[in-house]
Amino acid sequence: MAIVFIPAMLQPLTGGVSQVRVAGRTIRTIINNLEERFPGVKERLLQDGDLRPDIAIAVDGEMGLDGLAEQVGENSEVHFIPPISGG
Amino acid sequence: MAEATAEYKVIGTRPIRPDGADKVTGRAVYGGDMRLTGMLHGKVLRSPHAHARIKSINTAKAEALPGVKTVITVKDFPVAEDRMANLGEMAVNVKLLSNNVMAADKVLYKGHAVAAVAATNAHIAEEALGLIEVEYEVLPPVLDVLDAMKDEAPLLHETMTTTELGQKTDKRSNIANHMRFLLGDPAQGFREADVVIEREFDTATVHQGYIEPHNATALWNEDGHLYIWTSTQGAFVVQRQAAEILGLPVSQVSVTPCEIGGGFGGKISVYLEPVAAVLSRKAGRPVKIIMSRIEEFEATGPTPASHIKVKMGAKKDGRLVAAEASLMYEAGAFPGSPVGAGCMCIFSPYAIPNMQVDGYDVVVNKPKTAAYRAPGATNAAFASETVVDELAEKLGMDPLEIRRLNGAKEGDRRVDGPTFPRIGYLETVHAALEHEHYATPLTGPHRGRGVASGFWFNVGFQSTVVINVNADGTVSLVEGSTDIGGTRASIAMQAAETLGIPYEDVRPTVVGTDGIGFTDVTGGSRTTFATGYAAHEAALDVLRQMQERLARRWDGEMEKEFEGQAERATVRITPDDVTYANGVFKCAKDAGKSMTFKEVTAQMARMGGPITGRATSQPRGVGGAFATHIVDVEVDPDTGKVTILRYTAVQDAGRAIHPSYVEGQIQGGVVQGIGWALNEEFVYNDNGNMVNSSFLDYRMPTTLDLPMIETILVEVPNPGHPYGVRGVGEVPIVPPVAALANAIYRATGKRMTQSPMSPGYVLSKLME
Repeated sequence: MAIVFIPAMLQPLTGGVSQVRVAGRTIRTIINNLEERFPGVKERLLQDGDLRPDIAIAVDGEMGLDGLAEQVGENSEVHFIPPISGG
Repeated sequence: MAEATAEYKVIGTRPIRPDGADKVTGRAVYGGDMRLTGMLHGKVLRSPHAHARIKSINTAKAEALPGVKTVITVKDFPVAEDRMANLGEMAVNVKLLSNNVMAADKVLYKGHAVAAVAATNAHIAEEALGLIEVEYEVLPPVLDVLDAMKDEAPLLHETMTTTELGQKTDKRSNIANHMRFLLGDPAQGFREADVVIEREFDTATVHQGYIEPHNATALWNEDGHLYIWTSTQGAFVVQRQAAEILGLPVSQVSVTPCEIGGGFGGKISVYLEPVAAVLSRKAGRPVKIIMSRIEEFEATGPTPASHIKVKMGAKKDGRLVAAEASLMYEAGAFPGSPVGAGCMCIFSPYAIPNMQVDGYDVVVNKPKTAAYRAPGATNAAFASETVVDELAEKLGMDPLEIRRLNGAKEGDRRVDGPTFPRIGYLETVHAALEHEHYATPLTGPHRGRGVASGFWFNVGFQSTVVINVNADGTVSLVEGSTDIGGTRASIAMQAAETLGIPYEDVRPTVVGTDGIGFTDVTGGSRTTFATGYAAHEAALDVLRQMQERLARRWDGEMEKEFEGQAERATVRITPDDVTYANGVFKCAKDAGKSMTFKEVTAQMARMGGPITGRATSQPRGVGGAFATHIVDVEVDPDTGKVTILRYTAVQDAGRAIHPSYVEGQIQGGVVQGIGWALNEEFVYNDNGNMVNSSFLDYRMPTTLDLPMIETILVEVPNPGHPYGVRGVGEVPIVPPVAALANAIYRATGKRMTQSPMSPGYVLSKLME
């Protein structure tokens, strides 16, 4: 199962839990399974069925490019972070 | 000119840029050079107030002026939808974007556009602006981030509520967003610390200061198609923004990027393009608008002023054990400061087990901020790198040694969670420690040496490249990345390296939205990385096609030797049997068969026709960038003026494709950082009017202010790129402000907590 790092802003929904093992091979499944355990998380991560525009995914340190379809490995680290742009 | 390495023939050399001749002879076409038949000249009426409600606009007198062809206000724009749109580099609220281009019911900063005129010449258009009657209800402005955060502050947006830790609230406020990053247990970390330093810092609003002003020429054709020529870091991003604001399908907007005279992040948002378009539609003629320098300062996006609190704790042996920071960034008139990036960068050079960083995105009555080289990171590094310097002093450590002891490396975790891949931060610290500059004693009164480090993520994003092969063995490379800093050359060099042909045989051309697939902006230090990646892939596509054609050509009966006798045999040749090295294709199954690249191109017409290689890229494997700077200064105790005696910038460049252009990026970033540190700031009066909106009064460094900036390239190849490229354009602006603050401290004994460290400020500190 992947290790999902709960961002500080979502930890009120997880009772302060900052890391959790979650089953799922895509980000979509990971979020659905997170929601079952911590109701309300999904609403904070998704908008109109897709990732919110102010949230990006990092899997094993790499910025995800496939949105909710991003593949997640058996022992991957998953992070929800702000998107980065640049000048 | 540098020699090619054993590993590469083209990469690492310093060839002449393809656009060089046009630029030094004045033939390069910039936006200001645009001339179209029947073209009108546009001017924009801007608010004289920092905060006011628009009660009425009367354009009748202006419209009646001879030579005026049309006047527009927000009523001529489609009603913008309050929704987020993905505009390439990031998602943007369409309503806020549109309201920044042309004010709706309120003006939110001095310089906010309220109307525009198109006339037969610029003088008439200017005169007409004075005939437009706007009635305002003037409101109190709020000009400082801390003032804006107060409950009693005047509200810029009456309906805006604070998003608190990701949760929408009902609280009406100028604080658009409060975010937090947490790692470990900072409270426990501080309990374990032997030394704790806590300081507060302020930074001023500063501008990118590109020399070429914003400009746009638009032709809204009778068939409904909109053509735009402009100075931009990304034609496709202009296309998307214009389409969203004007309610057009993207396919109905063609954008041609002219040459660009500097951007640094400031030429990503649109300001003039939709205005010129609407003027053109209404007048039925093409319209060109060019900003004045005053408009640049007052109406385009600078980088945010900020207030930052930093607290860091270390053990006696110098190990950092805890860090906290609060970053309050001015977003300008609309939400969207780079505070998130600032939060994620502030402690990134260090492996610290316990960290908390809070960020606040706050609206104020100033122009909407825009990106500026490593947006958000310079402010943050000024604060954290000054505190690290003070910790080192308290612990009796060399300031580079504390960085070597705590420096981030592969596997260490950033405050936002992810771990670093292979990075070269420690290599930059080592190189600085071993550099002759650092070993040379600095003597004399009022002199001091400072160091600081910085981090920037860099990005990948999307690029497209097409390579058309010519019959004489040269190739034409078509790309959508605006050339900034020599990217035509750095991308052509990667294609040449992969194709095994000379750099001079690759002719790169930057085209607009009709000529190439989607390509994100030249920004985020991404172009040499991502468009270079696409160029490499497109070159491989060319070679694959040549190998397939040669396999077909060589397939079949051939003479083979069997038991000492030559005999004919049928041998199947597949593309995998065709090798390519040093410009020559060879058949692995028949040593007698080979063709050079040029021989293949000469035979193309009889080998299947034209060859075009193409590739799109959205690469993973973005390599973050680190830099460590050393600076020596002398401070005049009577005036507070800081003179830079020597500056050395060390940077992990991954693989430097064209070392001269990498060095140029580093030197340019350092110069801008020096300006930010010592002189540059937007000065406002109490009414919110900027009082120094010219290059005469907004003091940017000139060549007379600067020593030679020495650059040291540390090359830790990025494993995520075929040639090891890391972006290099942004991180060099991150350390200079802190490095100078630390140098001034060593020279004066006074800690700097404000930028710019102008003579007046330094003198006030000396007199404390």
